[in-house]
Amino acid sequence: MGTVDYAVEMRDITKRFPGVIASNHVNLAVRSGSIHALLGENGAGKSTLMNILTGLLRPDSGEICVRGERVALRSPASAIGLGIGMVHQHFRLVQTFTVAENITLGMSRPRFALDMAPIEREVAKFSSEYGLAVNPRAKIWQLSVGEQQRVEIIKMLYRGVDVLIMDEPTAVLTPQEVRELFETLRRMTADGKTIIFITHKLDEVMEISDRVTVLRAGQDVFSCDTGETTSRELASKMVGREIGQAPERPPAAIGGPVLEVRGLTAIGDRRTTVLDGIDLDVRAGEIHGIAGVAGNGQRELAEVITGLRRASSGFVRICGADMTNHTPRSIIEAGVSHIPEDRLGVGLAPNLNITDNAIMKRYRCGEMGRGPIVDAARARTWTDGLVERFNVKTPNLRTAVRLLSGGNSQRLLLARETSMEHRLVVAVHPTRGLDIGATEAVHSILLRERESGVGTLLISEDLEELIALCDRISVICEGRIMGTVDRDQLNLEEIGMMMAGVAAEAKGDGHLEAGA
Amino acid sequence: MDTLRLVLEKREAASPFYRFLSPLLAIVMALVLGAVFLAASGFSPLKVYYYMWWGAFSDWYGISETLVTSIPIMLCALGVALAAKMLLWNVGAEGQFHMGAFAAAWVALSMPSAPAWQVLPLMVLAGMAAGAVWALLPAVPRAYLGVNEIITTLLLNYVAIYWVEYLVHGPWRDPVSLNFPLSAPFSSAARLPSLFGTRIHLGLVFALVAAGLIRLVLGRSKWGYEVTVIGENPRAARYAGMNIERNIVLTMCLAGALAGLGGMAEVSAIAGRMTRQLSPGYGYSAIIVAWLGKLDPWAVALVSVLFGGLLVGGYSAQVIGVSAASVNMLQGLMLFCVLATEALGRYRVRVVHAVRASGEEAGIDG
Amino acid sequence: MADSMFVSILSAAVSSGTPVLYAALGELVCERSGVLNLGVEGMMLVGAVSGFLTAVRTGSLAAGVLAALVAGGLMGLIHAFMTITLRVNQVVSGLALTLFGTGLSGYLGKSMIGVPLAVTFNQTPIPGLSGIPVIGTVLFKHDLLVYLTYIVVPFLWFYLYRTRPGLHLRSVGESPETADALGVNVFSIRYASVTAGGMLAGLGGAYLSLAYAPSWLENMTAGRGWIAVALVIFAVWDPFRAMLGAYLFGGIDALGFRIQVLGAKIPSFFLKMMPYVFTIAVLIIVTATASRRSSRAPEALGLPYERE
Repeated sequence: MGTVDYAVEMRDITKRFPGVIASNHVNLAVRSGSIHALLGENGAGKSTLMNILTGLLRPDSGEICVRGERVALRSPASAIGLGIGMVHQHFRLVQTFTVAENITLGMSRPRFALDMAPIEREVAKFSSEYGLAVNPRAKIWQLSVGEQQRVEIIKMLYRGVDVLIMDEPTAVLTPQEVRELFETLRRMTADGKTIIFITHKLDEVMEISDRVTVLRAGQDVFSCDTGETTSRELASKMVGREIGQAPERPPAAIGGPVLEVRGLTAIGDRRTTVLDGIDLDVRAGEIHGIAGVAGNGQRELAEVITGLRRASSGFVRICGADMTNHTPRSIIEAGVSHIPEDRLGVGLAPNLNITDNAIMKRYRCGEMGRGPIVDAARARTWTDGLVERFNVKTPNLRTAVRLLSGGNSQRLLLARETSMEHRLVVAVHPTRGLDIGATEAVHSILLRERESGVGTLLISEDLEELIALCDRISVICEGRIMGTVDRDQLNLEEIGMMMAGVAAEAKGDGHLEAGA
Repeated sequence: MDTLRLVLEKREAASPFYRFLSPLLAIVMALVLGAVFLAASGFSPLKVYYYMWWGAFSDWYGISETLVTSIPIMLCALGVALAAKMLLWNVGAEGQFHMGAFAAAWVALSMPSAPAWQVLPLMVLAGMAAGAVWALLPAVPRAYLGVNEIITTLLLNYVAIYWVEYLVHGPWRDPVSLNFPLSAPFSSAARLPSLFGTRIHLGLVFALVAAGLIRLVLGRSKWGYEVTVIGENPRAARYAGMNIERNIVLTMCLAGALAGLGGMAEVSAIAGRMTRQLSPGYGYSAIIVAWLGKLDPWAVALVSVLFGGLLVGGYSAQVIGVSAASVNMLQGLMLFCVLATEALGRYRVRVVHAVRASGEEAGIDG
Repeated sequence: MADSMFVSILSAAVSSGTPVLYAALGELVCERSGVLNLGVEGMMLVGAVSGFLTAVRTGSLAAGVLAALVAGGLMGLIHAFMTITLRVNQVVSGLALTLFGTGLSGYLGKSMIGVPLAVTFNQTPIPGLSGIPVIGTVLFKHDLLVYLTYIVVPFLWFYLYRTRPGLHLRSVGESPETADALGVNVFSIRYASVTAGGMLAGLGGAYLSLAYAPSWLENMTAGRGWIAVALVIFAVWDPFRAMLGAYLFGGIDALGFRIQVLGAKIPSFFLKMMPYVFTIAVLIIVTATASRRSSRAPEALGLPYERE
């Protein structure tokens, strides 16, 4: 048989950041022409390792061989020169440029006058060769997320990349698009190209990869051919313990509706309709989940409910009162808490200290000082109690919020939002980017809210999270609710179909039959 | 291809010692750079700086003139700093100052025989109101349509100055002024009282009270808290239910009112009549002062005195033939040096031996 | 009579719009690379005084123009160093540049006030073209610096939209992270653009002091630099639209002057206000309706770029 032909070998790679070892003597060997899955949870060290392989970061120690030869990777450009390219989770595309312009960007030829026609022809060639359908003259902002991903892939192929790293490529895709992507990846490996596939989804590993390496806490804990393992084994390697136990969850005491949304439509940042006749309600004491692929109107839905975006038609009723297009302040006063998607960009003022952030929705009330004055002592005492109760780890209350870890700043945000008078919580991706401990803390806070009779609208991309927490799950696709399913009638396949835009057959609790 | 490179490494915060020292460092740097320009055009920098120091700070007269000159700068700069707290660039203090002076003069000229207790409060109110209105014009489009306030406030300066020129060349020209563009002099009741038998006038008290009030309101009040949050993160402020548009308009109006008050004080206490020559660019110096003072009201007050001294010193340096413009140049240099020292405080400068300095500090997972 | 009056206003609009056009083109290049430079007024003034000084001393217009280019470029370089290397807030650095430039030009020009210029840019009608009725007089009876814009504007358009360096320049202003990841040198492109922007602003200044009103006066740009900044917004970052905007401004400017000459009863000060009021009004209208346009400001405008 002879020696195995490796496209990439990373040996004994270590990379330290202040306070963390992101890669701890990691080894990774990827065979040519194979799909190699890199499996691990958030924070396991996958991105660091790949940033080293693409020249974005330099390792503190260890060596990298490409096609058997030791190389020094200094920049993404030098990695691309060696045929290693990466498709990032957040695409690196110039939104206002055309597909062809994005693809030729950074190349050195032609040097001056730029005739797009030959470039467009070449793009079309790659498109047909690998099943990457995209119009080379379209502007990026006009494309769907799946098409943008294809542009990223073509961009790498155009540069002669034959080791392609895909970072969580399916997170933003519908099941249909995922199938197309997998088809493309298979064609590419058949053509001799090598794929490194970063993911935390087990079923994808099982479906697409030839070999898998599991990373946990900066170390490679397990490697084997995919055919020789099971998803159960991979799961326990990834988490380091047996999984499957859902958090304690007493039966719900469901009350009257705290949120009623009917026929809601809204216009997005790109002046297109992002919400297209949403019907939805949340009752006291329940968690109502919204599942769906990112970018299907979830953020906008939360913004319209909380008054941050105008509804163009339809209405939002909170505890029976019409609150459509009211100011954020009057909606807050009507009892709506909001955990926004962008924690530091919207929910907190990162440069201000903990006290200033904690009183952000409370400074107006008399409790924080009479008349026009803020009583600093009272604000501090109150914040102290909050930090204590929600276990926010901080040196002191004068610490700027930007210095807190992701988990601690999210705890602070939740502390503020759930300590005010409220009947409804609108939570958008509340655990995104958090480690396991912080995620569990967020989940237990949300369940505590549920027990105390608050209604929660939980928007998340993480189906496992939704299934663990929600009493009902609605699926959103292209600004429409495709259907609503009760907890005890959950059917993953059906949810998957709805996420792809196929409306539900009249199921659920008969409450809502919205959709197409 | 090894080369030596200067690399700036980010640090979390400048050391406290550096933060204290950096304004001084900036001033020294600016003086050194200014010396280069002066020497290049044949002046002895030491001699020029000596004359400037001597004119501004050597005796009681110089110091009092320095304080007099600092009053309009201080009022304008407090306004600029207040607006900047909310990320608003009020480059229009010069215009607001002139409109304040115009409105005050209008009151004074139309009530020539009213007693001081009637005319002076009215002049103060009119001056502040006119400044506020002049700031309102750009503030409303900024708040509700997002029109760039830097350009609009600045262009309105020209409009205000032409308006004043029109008045003193036309309807307001004093027939006995021998064709000079001057209005009739105000009655003595319309002159702001001076203090300590010098030209220092009540405007200094206005300015210091304003500085104290701004400090108090920003630090202690609910409105001040809103201003702080909006300035730090407007999106979070909106999310927390604050009314950003109203606060923009309010802050700009206050900023304009302060500059207008500066114009009122200058026209009433110093000029005693409307003229075109009220300001050698106080409203522009105010921008530099606000930055040099890091938007803190007391620091702004202190830096204003320094800039008053710079102007007064500049006048005395004219004795040896240095043009007044050199002071403006020095001011501009100071702002650059402040910016540079601030930037350097955020970074650690390091010389590295490298082919290419790539981003070493990339984030980790998640 | 009315007709020739009209033609002469249009012709005056072109020459009065030209200095603003140069400055606006400079700012356009600069902003396209993602750097906002509010120091245009200062760069124009330094360009004007350097051009004038040099032309007086050497008696050569070419030397004057060259000096203005160099001086404007150096001013731009200061801004580039502050904002690109030191990553200082672009707004403040630009303001500092304007204040510094105003002071510096006053300082340098002190001895030049009232000094006559022996040589100036004269009207050089283009043979043939200038004979075309109306258009000939409006466009082709000017000096060389005006004609130069007829080349610069289309070239700049071609450069931005039809060449690789132009593509890279735009990408740096839209998404420096993307450009950097693909090996485009963000820093050198921004440095070059800001410097080139300064040179064009300096040239605009020199047009004022060598051709439009051959003399040196303190603050002789009278806010034209700021009007240029506003024009770039009006022009939606497009060279041809900048040209249109500059001539529009020039038209208003020229109109005021004509009305005065005709002896209308409106005080001259009000006519002098017109270009400023007009610019503010246009800026408000453009901003209010901008959301309906497809093209917008460069995405990364005003943001310092730092590798992560």
